[in-house]
Amino acid sequence: MPDKTVEKVATATGEPIPAVATDAGPAATGKPRSLWSDAWHDLRRNPLFLVSAVLIVFLLVMAIWPSLFTSASPRDVENLARDFRQPPQWGHVFGRDWLGFDGQGRSIYARIVYGARASITVGVGVTVCVTILGTIVGMIAGYFGGWIDTLLSRMTDIFLGIPFLLGALVVLNTFEKRSVWVVILALAFLGWTQIARVARGAVITIKQADYVVAAKALGASTTRILMRHILPNALAPIIVVATIALGGYIAAEATLSFLGIGLTEPTVSWGGDVSTGRELLRIAPHVLIIPSVMVSITVLSFLMFGDAVRNALDPKLR
Amino acid sequence: MGRYVARRLLQMIPVFIGSTFIIFFMMYALPGDPVRAMMGDQAYDPAVVASIKKDLGLDQPIIQQYVTYMGNLVQGDFGTQIASGRPIADIIADAFPVTIRLTIFAFTFVSLVGIGLGIVAGLKPDTLRDRGLLTLTLFLVSMPSFVLGFLLQYLLAFQWKVTDPTVTDSENWGQLMLPAIVLASLSLAYVARLTRTSIAENLRSDYMRTAVAKGLPRRRIIGVHLMRNSLIPVVTFLGIEVGNLMTGAIVTEGIFNVRGIGVEIYEALSRREGATVVGIASLMVLIYLAASLIVDLLYAVLDPRIRYA
Repeated sequence: MPDKTVEKVATATGEPIPAVATDAGPAATGKPRSLWSDAWHDLRRNPLFLVSAVLIVFLLVMAIWPSLFTSASPRDVENLARDFRQPPQWGHVFGRDWLGFDGQGRSIYARIVYGARASITVGVGVTVCVTILGTIVGMIAGYFGGWIDTLLSRMTDIFLGIPFLLGALVVLNTFEKRSVWVVILALAFLGWTQIARVARGAVITIKQADYVVAAKALGASTTRILMRHILPNALAPIIVVATIALGGYIAAEATLSFLGIGLTEPTVSWGGDVSTGRELLRIAPHVLIIPSVMVSITVLSFLMFGDAVRNALDPKLR
Repeated sequence: MGRYVARRLLQMIPVFIGSTFIIFFMMYALPGDPVRAMMGDQAYDPAVVASIKKDLGLDQPIIQQYVTYMGNLVQGDFGTQIASGRPIADIIADAFPVTIRLTIFAFTFVSLVGIGLGIVAGLKPDTLRDRGLLTLTLFLVSMPSFVLGFLLQYLLAFQWKVTDPTVTDSENWGQLMLPAIVLASLSLAYVARLTRTSIAENLRSDYMRTAVAKGLPRRRIIGVHLMRNSLIPVVTFLGIEVGNLMTGAIVTEGIFNVRGIGVEIYEALSRREGATVVGIASLMVLIYLAASLIVDLLYAVLDPRIRYA
């Protein structure tokens, strides 16, 4: 985290916006910042970003190293004598009975800790796959145009026509055992269209830029133009859409697992725990509510993160 | 205008065929057998299974099956459900009105409350009111519908006993209110945010300054100048949301036990009843396409600068 002095220097030198400073500023102030360093400059002082970043780091640690948080196992029966009606022991912070036990006597706290991995992996995995696939399709369609564009755009329309949740249910229903990877591939298969559209739009604008024409005139190969000139400039809108979508994919995985068509045992997932806690809603609501709240907190962290990134990268929206 | 509509309708055909074929393909070409699922655990004669399959046309190549299926569908024949023996058209006719009712209810809620909140926030950007509403919508977006559904069901029905936990009569608008609110919440939050951003952006535009300088009454400035321009992205979003609301109903109907299309499709999926799933899915694709066409036509109403040739 930046300390006070660094921040002060940054403000002093960075006050006039670089674009203005080039011709309007009486005293030119240092090097003009690139879009990315400008965004980073904004992000560092955005409380929304800091809070969400801390939460996300916390969730990531939980996902990578769950045994750091609890010694209890998420799959073993930790409570034989007492039953799920026993309310959470709020005093026993981080203890195995902290958040109570579920219908099968398993520690809810341990299941929360171990469930983070599935949610985060699916969210990040789908976002990465969707971004790569969507960017490739969008770039090819936007750059080459003509019949290639028509073909790829129609294909995008076709996939957009399939309702996301329904499509995911149909794909996943065909698998008996659904691991994290199956869910990632299924969601990516259906979800790439949004990024493809954004990437295509960005590429169409950029390919008319002078630097692209210049690169072409200098004899740069198509691959070089795409990778060195077009991709870096089209990246900002793609990243904005991708970061915001991440939270949505986590919510989608939880919803599918809740419907019983997402992750299956032995994968520990919050959505699945909500669905098993369902019949206890009347007598032991905490069995259902705790994993639900955890899903919401995770989605919220990623949404806030995405919001902050968007505000920093897309100054038009401010 | 007429030619534009005709062209758009023609363009919809390949998209409809493509989308339904993908769903059809996933349903039939991937493992899972409805005839054997029907037999359950009892011993069966492979010859009997084969003959049932032959009767149902399940032994033909997938493309052939699709063409036959679509040919029947266009004539209004949705096929027969294997497990119950009921015509699928009947099942849809029973369940569809329920979901339509729920969707319309939720959609009205989304449009009125969502746009309303967006206007309230957008007219005074960066005030406490605006920040408060943005935070509220952020919370709504981060709650998947099953979280909000169970939370409200627990609080309203079990704790405070103001509503019934499940819907017993799907014609009762009062009972449908809670599921509709839960179904609407996510879209509502998006619509509010979109309206807010759009309005806040347009507030700074030149035509707004001109309108104020001309001395037009505030009602006209906001109601006509600002609204017509700001609502275009919102209308686009609302059009796409119709389809999402209908599929979102799968979750909401499950929570509140509404006997609609969502429950039917969910049960059909677990029995691997391809015909039922594809039939309902085709209808949903059709509604989605129709909604996006209507949205495009609405642009011309909202913005006279847009003309269709």
